[in-house]
Amino acid sequence: MKYYSAAVASVLMTLAGAATADVTLTVLIDDNADTSATMQALTERYSELHPDVSFDIEVRPGGSDGDNIVKTRLATGEMADIFNYNSGSLFQALNPTKTLADLSDLPSQANVIDSFKSVVSAEGKVYGIPVGSAMGGGIFYNRKVYADLGLSVPMTWADFMANNAKVAEAGLTPVATTFGATWTSQLFVLADYFNVQIAEPDFAERYTANQAKYATSPAAMRGFEHLQEVFEAGYMNADFGAATYDEGVAMVANGDAAHYPMLTFALGNIVQNMPELLPDVGFFAQPGDDAAQNGLTVWMPGGMYISAASPHIEEAKGFLDFVATVEGCDIQTAANGFQGPYLIKGCTAPDDIPAAVADMMPYFETEGRTAPALEFLSPIKGPALEQITVEVGSGIRSAADAAALYDQDVEKQAKQLGLPNW
Amino acid sequence: MTRKSPYPLWFVAPAAIIFSVLFLVPTLASFWFSLTRWDLFNAQFIGLENYEQFFKEPFLIKGLFNTVFFAAVTSALKTTLGLLLAVLLTSGIFAQGFLRVLVFFPVLVSTIGVGITFSKLMHPTKGAINVALAAIGIDGPGWLTDPALALFSVALVDVWKGIGLATLIYIAGLASISPEYYEAARIDGATRRQMFWRITVPLVRPATVTVITLSMIGGLRSFDIIWAMTKGGPGFSSDVLASVIYKQYQAGFYGLSTAGNVILFLLIAGIMLPLTARLNRKEVEQ
Amino acid sequence: MTRRQFWTGIVALAVSTVLFIIPFVFIAIIAVKDKREASRMGFDWPDSWHFWSNLVEVVEARNYMLLLAYFNSTVITVGAVTVLVVLGAMVGYVLQRRDSKWNSLIWAGVMSGLMIPPAVVPTIWVLQELHLFKTIHGMILIHVAYGLSFAILLFRSFISTIPRDLDEAAIIDGAKPLQIFFRVVLPLLRPVTVTVIVVQSIAIFNDFTNALYYLPGRENVTVQLTLFNFQSQFTSQMNLLFMNILLITIPPLIVYMFFNRQIVAGMTAGAVKG
Repeated sequence: MKYYSAAVASVLMTLAGAATADVTLTVLIDDNADTSATMQALTERYSELHPDVSFDIEVRPGGSDGDNIVKTRLATGEMADIFNYNSGSLFQALNPTKTLADLSDLPSQANVIDSFKSVVSAEGKVYGIPVGSAMGGGIFYNRKVYADLGLSVPMTWADFMANNAKVAEAGLTPVATTFGATWTSQLFVLADYFNVQIAEPDFAERYTANQAKYATSPAAMRGFEHLQEVFEAGYMNADFGAATYDEGVAMVANGDAAHYPMLTFALGNIVQNMPELLPDVGFFAQPGDDAAQNGLTVWMPGGMYISAASPHIEEAKGFLDFVATVEGCDIQTAANGFQGPYLIKGCTAPDDIPAAVADMMPYFETEGRTAPALEFLSPIKGPALEQITVEVGSGIRSAADAAALYDQDVEKQAKQLGLPNW
Repeated sequence: MTRKSPYPLWFVAPAAIIFSVLFLVPTLASFWFSLTRWDLFNAQFIGLENYEQFFKEPFLIKGLFNTVFFAAVTSALKTTLGLLLAVLLTSGIFAQGFLRVLVFFPVLVSTIGVGITFSKLMHPTKGAINVALAAIGIDGPGWLTDPALALFSVALVDVWKGIGLATLIYIAGLASISPEYYEAARIDGATRRQMFWRITVPLVRPATVTVITLSMIGGLRSFDIIWAMTKGGPGFSSDVLASVIYKQYQAGFYGLSTAGNVILFLLIAGIMLPLTARLNRKEVEQ
Repeated sequence: MTRRQFWTGIVALAVSTVLFIIPFVFIAIIAVKDKREASRMGFDWPDSWHFWSNLVEVVEARNYMLLLAYFNSTVITVGAVTVLVVLGAMVGYVLQRRDSKWNSLIWAGVMSGLMIPPAVVPTIWVLQELHLFKTIHGMILIHVAYGLSFAILLFRSFISTIPRDLDEAAIIDGAKPLQIFFRVVLPLLRPVTVTVIVVQSIAIFNDFTNALYYLPGRENVTVQLTLFNFQSQFTSQMNLLFMNILLITIPPLIVYMFFNRQIVAGMTAGAVKG
């Protein structure tokens, strides 16, 4: 039966006009519009250079549905040859030493910046190469709304809330909120990590060692409290419980909302869906309590990995070796615009960069104004965070309760990973 | 030599093998795996820790309650509305045949499709339901975004989808009641209402037992419709056991997820065994 | 038809139009709109019609995945239902006809199959050990295992309405058990067989959960999983999502139109007397 469906698949593929080649590499990617654009461009170029290699790209959902598909297919040996996935703690949960091919000896690893290698490594071996650029987690704002209302970029949380009050007075939505896509609810908590690190420089270490907790660290709990404050002030859109990620991006881009807390990869969404609005969108780091210590929480890009069970590991390595080059960066810039610094040595920014990226670059250029997000400093991230933050942001649970509940959720993950001290 | 039975037991064998290997073995294995921390490669024995963890989850108690609530609400509505619809659709009304087809149609449609469709219709601001309510001056609630309402809204959609099957079973049950009973009652001067309570309800009992049993079991195990509409949200407010189990599975906590399965099994057995025993006993008494 | 019956019918018709037709009209309206209009979720008449282009886009998406999904779902449904009918009838037959000490054990198996939720992850583990994970025939066997109890129940109660004289006449003629079953008994089971076919094929064709757990992989996609293509957190192309729902709804509708009458007949014989 398997044979028949494979036969039908190949007939259909011929119908679709796919070229027959010596090796077809299967690729599993997330359903982000810009991921698809990037992979299309990279694979097309590679097939031009290597006509004997063709690609079959499969799309999976994002969020926890996607996590599940990736985990299950790896655990059961059914993964595509190549796939993209988060780096950092989510990568650690993939059981990489058993499920992924070792890429330590890939020639282009020499070009990859060490800080990225460390978030796709396990037991001293490197398992991934970067796709996309370093990202900031913070707050998108609409520049036209800011100009019309005479607002300036806030340096403290109090300034931010004061801006929100003025936006609300003007009859616009201060903070676009999109709990229809639950994962977007985590941003105020995750993007606050720069501020946590200022207050408690060793938080990540103590957190991994089961010493520091969200519920008992006032700095760490601030993220949950911010979410609660925004909800209680009524600064969200009326349909915040049902709105989707695409709608949130659109709201801040077209000025229906003044702010949208999000990772800068949302720029890809704007480039794909409403490029004419790109100049209207700006970006700032999530502010803390002290204007003098304002900085950005940074996300590493996702990695591209090869399944250990792939029958075409060598061919797949050839492709990944190509992606991690300057030409690879340039293809990505051409597909989605420049979204932030690449993790490949020698990759440069074009002259013309979007306003939001221009807002973000100074953080990277000054020492001490960035901190990696917690998921890149610690292997543990609780799977229920997005439900917990939805609760706080919908007024179902208080910030303090939520922090305590999240600590319990984290404990499960730490035990599953078999970490010491838990 | 004894004569072989014309009803050989080996007729049962192929079914028994498939059922045992793919259903009974995993079920029995689940008792073992629920006592381990498991990543599909290695299972490490940890005693009852998964169960402890499961009962420590603050939303588990809520999930347990929700599971029972969802099953009770959906089967109560399917039973009462199904019977009323069946009576209506066998009373010789205008367009009766067409209406039967119509009521049954949602049963055929994919649950995921229904879930997606209604989650759009129930959108708090743009959904057709609230737009229609606003047109007559009512400020519609957040059907799926209000934590107090979400599970109930999903239950209503489940009833919408499943009512056709309940009605069909009742129509079949009504057809098996001899018309003589009604004629005799009419001669005695019984009203419609009396006939309904004294003849229809008692005599359609086998169908009632079937509808309650099927909808309770289905309700306790419900997953598709909840996952398609709320994914257990907002927060954990519409989580049922099946969705909690699935989320643990998603997170890669295979041992914990399997422990949840065992708990769901015990819950279903704990509710259904006494319930079916009671329903069947009453049937015998009559 | 009395006046009362007429007017009750009119009222019932009006109410059920709102309840049961409007949601389907909604699916159809969204399915023919363009992306921007569809995302407003409005009930208004489409400004412009995109039926054909949406249809083509959905069918062509991801290398004609929908056609492959139709093929897979059809193979799974036909395969599983065929096996279910034959095996279910065989068990129901022996269970009803023969008084053996095994009956209570078989009965316990049937009841547990109806009630116990399948243990998902251990099942994946078993399927992997047997090299059945992620295969179409593995999926067929899973549906057989999960659907057997219901099929046996229906067959057993229907067989109780067939007089034993018929099989006994065949036994005296010297027919073998298999011959009796396939030549004499099975043809008489037609009404309940139709019920089993309809109920199970709808359930299997519409199955989402089991395919999600046991049948990952691009070449194994089923129609319900294609909804995953369009419903996700990043891309909200509602017009295509609803076109997909529309296309997926058609095959069960055809089954229903063919077997509409027999369903009620089969239900009378099966579920109610069971």
